Amino acid sequence: MTYSAREMMAVAAAREIKDGDIVFCGTGISMLAAMAAKHISAPNSVIFFETGAIDAQLEEVPMAVGDPRVMLGAAVHGSLADAFGFMQNRFTGEHVVGILGAAQIDPFGNLNSTVIGDYTSPRVRFSGSGGACDVGSFVGRTILFMQQEERKFVPRLDYLTCPGYLDGPRGRERAGLPPGGPEVVITNMATFRFDESSRRMYLAGCYPGVTREQVLERMGFAVETGRALPVAPPTPHELDILRNKCDPQRLIL
Amino acid sequence: MSLQEAVDRYVADSAHISIGGFTVNRNPMAAVYEIIRQKKTGLHLYAHSNGQGVDELIGGGCVARLEIAYAGSGRFAPTCICFRKAVESGCLQVEDYSNYQMTLRFAAGAMGVPFLPVRSGMGTDIVTHWGFPAELRQADERLPDQKLVALENPFGNWGEASTVLLVPAIRPDVTIIHVQTADRAGTVRIDGLPFTDIEQAKAARRVIVTCETLVDKENLRDHPEYNQLPFFCVDAVVHAPHGAFPTACYRHYDYDPAFLNQYRHWAQDPQRHADYLKRYIHDTPDHAAFMALQDPRQIERIQADPRTGYASGLDRR
Repeated sequence: MTYSAREMMAVAAAREIKDGDIVFCGTGISMLAAMAAKHISAPNSVIFFETGAIDAQLEEVPMAVGDPRVMLGAAVHGSLADAFGFMQNRFTGEHVVGILGAAQIDPFGNLNSTVIGDYTSPRVRFSGSGGACDVGSFVGRTILFMQQEERKFVPRLDYLTCPGYLDGPRGRERAGLPPGGPEVVITNMATFRFDESSRRMYLAGCYPGVTREQVLERMGFAVETGRALPVAPPTPHELDILRNKCDPQRLIL
Repeated sequence: MSLQEAVDRYVADSAHISIGGFTVNRNPMAAVYEIIRQKKTGLHLYAHSNGQGVDELIGGGCVARLEIAYAGSGRFAPTCICFRKAVESGCLQVEDYSNYQMTLRFAAGAMGVPFLPVRSGMGTDIVTHWGFPAELRQADERLPDQKLVALENPFGNWGEASTVLLVPAIRPDVTIIHVQTADRAGTVRIDGLPFTDIEQAKAARRVIVTCETLVDKENLRDHPEYNQLPFFCVDAVVHAPHGAFPTACYRHYDYDPAFLNQYRHWAQDPQRHADYLKRYIHDTPDHAAFMALQDPRQIERIQADPRTGYASGLDRR
């Protein structure tokens, strides 16, 4: 069965979501991953949006976190103050997994979604943090979506928008941030995780037909590859859910 | 009061203004178009995660400075187009915050405290990189002297936090929000997610409310538990049907994918954008005339389905 890289990414992220997780969703492919997980392996996961929609039912894929589609059948229509409060709160925050994307990532999983070039006179301007900085600061686990490109995997960010492990072991603690940090990076070619002691990114898995060398060629820094395992392709069931239940209009896929 | 009168009276050139809504939802577009129509300039704009309203005000030449967390319209414009061009060409000064920081900044303004603490952003460039230099801050009494300040927890490790970040209150001259229902005195009822509209309104010296449905006082007093903002916070109430178009208004109409795609095409080219501004905004007397230029079949298609609150099955490609 043929499938696209985006489908593989959505499925790889859906597999990371555990039953019972509270899933913070951003825009785009992260919504599909959360919807797919709910249909496949995590029926008791809760999808929530920074806009305050808690346990959104999502009959149709939202085009933005402010889309009225996030409001349907929710348990509660809170506000932004509520949504971020749930992440900062020590009782609820530890159950939250956040899904984020960015323009640049560094070896410690810090993200840039603000500018390329100088902050006050940038070469390229992006949307900005949105809730990403808050999610990266508060929650125990984050799943990061990236495109596998050399200009996106950089040794040093042009602007640090969202904290990962900052400068390495105990970096978050030194800065005064709550514990937590990125768990996995999912790209169109591979997955990466973070070493428990050095907090540096390592190659964790390659998609079918992708070699370690091909991945490394598309990165601006070296990573350890010895732990990389093959990633299983999407099953027909996973693809069916993704295409026919989550995104029949192909708005995101 | 007419929208023309409300904008003329409360939105001065160089005013500090804040607009409600979030990405493609409940942006106060009728008021945004009226501000553009009246050629207001030099505005200092505060927005949360705002798409269309922010981008149109920038494209309309009204904005000098912007404080924001996210300038995007979801899949229609992951980064707002006029915003991006204005920042990259040096025509717009922008200062970045996170969403929760903006929420708390409006909340601080609403509560009447100078700042609130948060555990978000320590160690990031959001703290260290200022969009407005110290001289500009000191010259404008409506801006705090510093952007964000980290503070060692004065309660020791109470709350398991060694450090908190203090975010300064936002105190706009005027906030503009679009809601489903208001009464003639200004009491507001928002259906669905309120976003940060209520904090934004309470933080401002003046508040303009536009609404889909304008009712008599008695209609909203039957169920006060559904109301969010009392009348004494509100200076102008304007009946503005489709006042959030082309963004969505839950239980009334969806966002218009056709318009938002068309807008992206217009905004990408200076001539096309100038033609758009002239035809749709400067050559129309008001929002009703702007709406009359839309395809009535499309307006029918985006009508909200009573069950879902949006246009179920709408073609959104």
